[in-house]
Amino acid sequence: MSPQARKNWVTAALLAPAGIWLFFFLVLPFGAILVFSLGERAAAGGYQPALTLDNYLNLPARGAAFLNTLVLAPVGAAACLALAYPAAWFLALRVPERHRLLLVSMMIVPFWTSMLVRTYAWMYLLGARGIPHLFELIGIENLRLINTPGAVLLGIVYGYLPLMIMPIYVSLEKLDRRLLEASADLGARPVATFLSVTLPLSMPGVMTGVALVSILLLGEYLVPQMLGGGKVYFIGNALVDLFLQSRNWPFGSAIAVALVVGVVCVLLVTMRIAWKVAGTRQMDLV
Amino acid sequence: MRPFLTAVYLFLYAPIALVVVFSFNAGRNASEITGFSLQWYGKALGNVFLTDALRTSLIVAFTSAALAAIFGTMAAMGMERLGPRLRAAADGLMAAAIVVPGVVIGIATLVALAGLFALLDDIGLHLELGYLSLIAAHGLFSMALVAMIVKARIASLSRDIVEASYDLGAPPFATFVQVVLPQLRPSILAGFLMSFTFSFDDFIIAFFVAGSHTTLPMYVFASIRRGVTPEINAIATMVLVASLLLIAGARVLMRERKRHAVEG
Repeated sequence: MSPQARKNWVTAALLAPAGIWLFFFLVLPFGAILVFSLGERAAAGGYQPALTLDNYLNLPARGAAFLNTLVLAPVGAAACLALAYPAAWFLALRVPERHRLLLVSMMIVPFWTSMLVRTYAWMYLLGARGIPHLFELIGIENLRLINTPGAVLLGIVYGYLPLMIMPIYVSLEKLDRRLLEASADLGARPVATFLSVTLPLSMPGVMTGVALVSILLLGEYLVPQMLGGGKVYFIGNALVDLFLQSRNWPFGSAIAVALVVGVVCVLLVTMRIAWKVAGTRQMDLV
Repeated sequence: MRPFLTAVYLFLYAPIALVVVFSFNAGRNASEITGFSLQWYGKALGNVFLTDALRTSLIVAFTSAALAAIFGTMAAMGMERLGPRLRAAADGLMAAAIVVPGVVIGIATLVALAGLFALLDDIGLHLELGYLSLIAAHGLFSMALVAMIVKARIASLSRDIVEASYDLGAPPFATFVQVVLPQLRPSILAGFLMSFTFSFDDFIIAFFVAGSHTTLPMYVFASIRRGVTPEINAIATMVLVASLLLIAGARVLMRERKRHAVEG
C-alpha cells in the first residue's frame, strides 16, 4: 500500500464510528421527519404514506404554540442579555483577578446542574405554599403566580442566564485592555469608550449567547410545562402532545421541520450581525 | 457593582438553597420548618422505582459518555486530516448534532427507529426502544461536544513536539500514545464528564426514546406531576450534589488544560 493510501485508510477508520453515528441518528432520522411531514395521519395514529403539503398549510392550527414561543423566546433571551451583560462586564473588567475564577465558576455552574431540578425550585416558590402563602400572611389573598406567562419568563431567565453570561464573559475577558486606556487617553469619556470600543468588540460573545439561548428556547419543553401548567404552551409542548398523545406524526413532523428552520434562521441572523459589527464570523464559545 | 453581582448570585442560588433546606425538614408542610430530619432521604433511597431509574440513568450516562469520548476524539483527529471541503462538511454535521433541539432529536430518533423496527419485524428480528436508543440519542450530542472540545485542543497543540518525536525515530502510533494522547487527556476527560452530566440531566430526549425504561429525570418529572412532596426535595438535592461534583471535576480538568497550555 502506498503511504498516501495508507494515510487515507487511517483517516477513514478514525472517522467511521462518528460518521455511522451521525448518519443513523441524525441524517437518517431527519430524513424520516422530512418524509413524514409530507404524509398523512393513519386512522389509528402514526403515519400513512402520501405526498401532500397539507401538514405545512395546517401549521396555523398550532398558532398559539408558535405565537407563545416566538414572543417569549426573544423576550426571554433579551431579558437574559440585559442581566448577563452587566454581570459579565463586572466579572471581566472590575472583579480583582484573584477572585475572578471562583466568581465566574459560580455563575456558570448552575447551567450544568439539572434544569428539571432548578425549574422545580421555582414551581415550589411560585406555587400556592410558596410566595403567595407569604403574601397571605400580610393580607394579600389569592395571588396567583404559577401557570402565568410571567412565571414562564422568570423560569426562562433563571434557566438560561448562566449560558448567556458565559460567552459574553469570554469575549470581554480577552479584550485588549490597552485599547480601553488608549481610548481614555485620547479623551473619550467612559460611556463613549464603552459604546465605541467595548461593546463592538464583545459582539461575538453577545451574539453567541443570544444564538445559544434563543435556539434552546425555541425547543424548550420543561419550563412552559412546569411553570406554565399547560396554559402557556410552546412548540416543544405541542410536539410532545402530537407525538405521544394525539399521535398525529405527520403534522408533528411538519412542526419539527419548521422548528429546525427557525433554529437555522436564528444562527444565520446572529452570525451575520456578529460579522457586520465585529468583522468576524468566529463565535466565542467555551 | 457589588449589589448587582450579589443580587445575581442570590437569584441563581436562593431557589435551589430553599429546596435543599426543605429536604431536611421534619414535617410534610412545604412552607414551615418543623425540625431537622433525614427521613425523606431514607424514603427516597428505599423507593425501588427511584433506585431503578437511577441505575438506568447511570448506565446510560456512563456508556454514552464513554463511547462519545472515544469516538469523538477519533473524529476530532480524523477531521484534522481531511481536506478543507470535507472538513467543512464534517464541521457542519457536528454543529448540527449540537444545535438541533433535543425535542427534535427525540422525535426524529423515535420516528426513524419505529420505521426501522417495523422493517426488521418483517424479517423476524424483534427490537425495542430501550438502553440502546437512549445511549445512541444521548451519545450523538455528546460525541459532537467531545469532538469540538478535542479539536480545539489539537488546534492549539504545537506540531514541533510531534515532529521531534518522528525525528527521534518513533513510529506514528507510538508518537500518538506517548506524545499526543497525554496532551489531549484533560480535554477528553472534561468532555466525558460534560457528556455524562448532559445524559444524566436530560429529560426531553429520553422522554421519546426510553421505551419501557425510566430514567431518573423522567421519574422525577412524573413524581412532580403527582404532587410536590418533601421526598422530591431530597431527590432533587441528591441530583444537585451529583451534578456539582461532576462539573467541579470537569472544571478542575479544564483548568489544568489551560495551565498546561500556558507552560507549553
